[in-house]
Order: sequence, then C-alpha cells, then structure tokens
Amino acid sequence: MPAACQHLPARVRAGKKSLTGHDFNSSYAAMSEPAFPLPGHRIELGVDEKLRLDCGIALGPFPVAYQTYGTLNADKSNAILVCHALTGDQFVAETHPISGKPGWWDLMVGPGKPLDTDRYFVICANVLGGCLGTVGPKDANPATGKPYGLSFPVITIADMVRAQRLLIDHLGIDQLFAVMGGSMGAMQALDWAARYPERVFAAVPIAGAARHSAQNIAFHEVGRQAIMADPDWHGGDYLLHDTRPHRGLAVARMAAHITYLSETALHRKFGRNLQDRDTLTYGFDADFQVESYLRHQGITFVERFDANSYLYITRAMDYFDLAAEFGTVAAAFENTPVRFCLVSFTSDWLFPTPESRAVVHALNAVAANVSFVEIESDKGHDAFLLDEPEFRDVLSGFLNGCAEHKGLKAT
Amino acid sequence: MNGTTSSIRVDLQLIADMVEPGSRVLDVGCGDGALLQHLWKTKGVDGRGIELSQTGVNACVRNGLSVIQGDADTDLKDYPSDAFDYVILSQTLQATHNPRTVLDHMARIGKRSIVSFPNFGYWRVRSSLFFIGRMPVNEKLPHQWYNTPNIHFCTIRDFVVLGREMNLHVERGLALNGDGLRLGLDPAGVLANLLAEQAVFLLRRSHTNER
Repeated sequence: MPAACQHLPARVRAGKKSLTGHDFNSSYAAMSEPAFPLPGHRIELGVDEKLRLDCGIALGPFPVAYQTYGTLNADKSNAILVCHALTGDQFVAETHPISGKPGWWDLMVGPGKPLDTDRYFVICANVLGGCLGTVGPKDANPATGKPYGLSFPVITIADMVRAQRLLIDHLGIDQLFAVMGGSMGAMQALDWAARYPERVFAAVPIAGAARHSAQNIAFHEVGRQAIMADPDWHGGDYLLHDTRPHRGLAVARMAAHITYLSETALHRKFGRNLQDRDTLTYGFDADFQVESYLRHQGITFVERFDANSYLYITRAMDYFDLAAEFGTVAAAFENTPVRFCLVSFTSDWLFPTPESRAVVHALNAVAANVSFVEIESDKGHDAFLLDEPEFRDVLSGFLNGCAEHKGLKAT
Repeated sequence: MNGTTSSIRVDLQLIADMVEPGSRVLDVGCGDGALLQHLWKTKGVDGRGIELSQTGVNACVRNGLSVIQGDADTDLKDYPSDAFDYVILSQTLQATHNPRTVLDHMARIGKRSIVSFPNFGYWRVRSSLFFIGRMPVNEKLPHQWYNTPNIHFCTIRDFVVLGREMNLHVERGLALNGDGLRLGLDPAGVLANLLAEQAVFLLRRSHTNER
C-alpha cells in the first residue's frame, strides 16, 4: 500500500450554501474531520411515523439529503427520480462538493440532455445508509449520542425505496413520471415499480438485475473483508478512535473498480505500460500504469466515502432478490401499469445482459409494457456513466415516447 | 418516423387495416417499428414488438416504441395466453426455425393472428426451378440458398393446409402481387398460389381449439 493511502488530509471545500437553510453541520458533529456545508436540500423523514425497516427496526426521525434539477410543473407530473449507484450520491449534475469532479450523470441530466431539465424535474436522494447527508452509520445514534458504527440497522434496497417514497410524499408528487438508475440504481428502480406500481409511470433499470448474483456477493465480501481487516476499522468504531480504515476501504474500492471495467477497456487504457519508468524495478512499487491507476482510484475514494457506509450499502445490494420477496420476479410485476425500459451493455460482466433479459422475460410473462436494448460497448459496467451516444438516444427516445403516452406537455 | 406517419409499405397498410382501433398488438419481427408506429399514430393501438436485430430494436426504442430484442422461435413462450388482441408476423415466418411452433404460440398469445409471407408457389419461383433448375434469386428474394435467412419457405397452399391442421380459422386472406397490391383472387385457390407473390392471412382459433 502506498504511503499516501495511509493518512489522507481531509480535503475541505467551501461548498455552496444550503438551499433550504438546514444546518448541515449538525449531523456531522460525530465526524472528526472538519464539517462542510453541502449544497442541496435536506429533510427530516419518519417524524410522525417511523420507517419500519426490513430488519424489523423502526427508524426515525432521520435526515435525507437530496438534490433537484429543473422545475416541478403545476400538476407535479414531470418528476424523474434518479437512483444512484453504490458509490454515487445526490450530486447528479453539478460539480461534486467534495471531489470537485463533474456530477456522475452530467452527460445525461441537464438542459437539452436526455433527462432534459427544461422539461423534467429531476430528483436524486442520497440513499439510506449513505454518507452524504442521509442518515448512515457515521451519524450519531440518538440513543447513545455516539456514532452508530455497526449499531446502525442493516438496510435493504426496499428500505432505501421506502425512504425515497416518503420523500416523494413530502414533495407532494402522486406519481413519478419515471424512476431510473444504473447498477444499484437499477435495483431501486425495479423495487419502486414492484412496490409502488401506481406511483411510477415508467421505470428504467440500467445495467441491473432482479437479484445480486453469487459472484457479485463474493466481490462485495472481498471488499468488506478488506475494510474489516484494517486495524484502523476498530470493529466499526473508528470515529471514536479518531482514525479511518483508509487502507482497507481503498483496497475494497480497487477490487470493486476492476469489476466496473472490462478486459478490453483496461487493455486499451493501460496495456502493460509502465508508470513513469522505462524498466521494471524488481520491487513492489506501482511499476504498471494499471496499478498506479487503481491506487489512485482507492486514494481518491476514501476522501469522499465512509467505510461503514460501504459495508452497509454493499450488504443492501447483496440482499436484493425480488423473487425472494414476491415468489417470482414475474409475480412482483403482476398487472403492472408501469412502462419499462431495460438497458444492458455488451461488455458488462458484473451485471451481464442475461440478468436484464431474465427481468424482461419475467415482464413478458405478465404482458407488461417493456422495451429492452443491449448497447454495444467495450467499457464494461461503467458504460452507463460514460458517453455512449446510442444509449443517450435510446434513453431520450424512451422518455419522449413515455411523455407522449402520458400526455406530458413539451414545455 | 416521427410525427404523424400515415404512409407505410402497402402490405403493412393491409395488415394495419385488419387491426381494430385501440386494441393490443404484439408485432413479432417488427423491424424498425414502422407498423407499430403507424398503428399507434393512426389507431391508438397499444403495441409491443419483438425484433431479432439490435439495430432494429434500438431504432424502435429511440422512437418511443415498446420493443425488446428477442427471437420468435425462443421468446414467445414467455407470454401469457390471450395477452393480446392481435399477434402479427410480417414477412418473418419463413425465417423461423419452427414455423408451426411459432404459429401455435401466436394463436395462444393473441385472440387473432395476422401472418404475411412470400409465396414460394409464385410462378416465377416455379419457373426458376423448372427452367433454370436453380433456387430463385431476385429483387424480393435476394439471397443465395447458402446464406439466406429464409429457411422455411412455403406456398400459400402449404400455409392454408397447415392452418387447417392447426384448427386455425381463416377470417380473411389476401393474395398480393410483388408491390403488395391485392389481386382479387380466392387466397386459398389454385390461381392465387400461382399468381400471388405474397399473402396475408387473418387467423382465429377455431372453437374446437379454444383453451
């Protein structure tokens, strides 16, 4: 592990002012590093009635941070809920307040883009268990006043969706025009359509599956073990020890990052090229560019992501299995009025096309309204985040078609 | 294909004419979605499509149609019985591996089936075989025997016999020339089998075959 991984300065950036005037700093009291004000909205949910989680615990009140783009129309019929992936967050289409990088779906969300903010009202909330404003394991447990750590309840994809539903209720939106997302976002989109079919006009699960495969659970377990094997993890109580399991989290990220790419993409990008040197060093420095790249991915990740959050969210994905809850995937969508568009990518081996196709077959079995496209790409799972013109056109066309069927006026 | 498309290929128009407004339609082998688009725009049909080629599927979805990539031979079994008012198979029957199974699924899934196909009993096809002794290659059948996707050609007569065997009742039948224009012949007759280059049939399960 490079020395740089061992101790990282907490990068503090002066973010935008909170739009709702909530004091974002208060929930970060438990954090040892300097707090920062995050842009966007934040709301307390589960106030009147606590949120009953799958694990049996009732959670509430709890904060949910979210961001919006565009304008909600008068009859509140133009809202698109974007669900973020494992390591994503609510900063879909703006400079990230911590990393300083462009929003993770800047290519897709904005004026004139497929999720046209001149036409649609785009919402994205930090998931339950996330670490950017929505309640998660690094927040203070009201019972003890100390950070939850592992005393935070284990959450599921369904719990995330239930929390999002509370948010949509709060916003006064009866029916989302669309709910969509890639990877874990696809799981949420499917869960939304299965759980609240009347609240969703269209669902777009991208590079997803109706259940997390054994291989994917295995990869997640490698990541979790890396975090828990880091002595700085302290059984999840690292905040109390004023440490962070940066090394473990970085390794988890490095391993996961490989699964987001494809052999072709890695080879094209790096091949066997050496990093800043002409010959091998006969040592364990990052001789190869691909090593240096992965180390960089690990280092930058720990700056913005909480290790326990990573444990909880990967667990939520592992537990996802629509058939386990509904009997079969088809049963989850019996008589569904939702219009579906599934998208997969040819070189994605983490959520390969057969996973999407299985969902399509289940939807066919209940005669659901479904579109399915497989996009030719050699960029692996990450393709859904990247510039794939065919993908953009498909998304745009599907949304236009839905708008026409719903009678959504072009503003 | 955006906007109010009203002009489509003549043979597709004849199929569209057989479809009641506002009905549910599954178009198997829907290509670029021209028929589905037309049915939606002109008849408010709730249409779905299956298309083998990814290019075709993507074009359809880009145009806002509900289409999946799939294979008539393998993917029709997923659909529940009586899910659609019409299942359409336009110029695709001859490219399937198991035409009878495909027709069987169509009859199960839809209350009615609409099938169009090229007639291998057409006199020019016959004469190519008879006089030249070779499989016909022309504008309508542009492939050589070794690379053609059309692996199960039939004559109109063959189709009518199969339909009878399967207890499919012919509600309408049209014998067409190469341009898709009606010839005004009895579709089950000897002349149609000789003079028609293609045919369209609207089929319904016979009551003895209800399930």
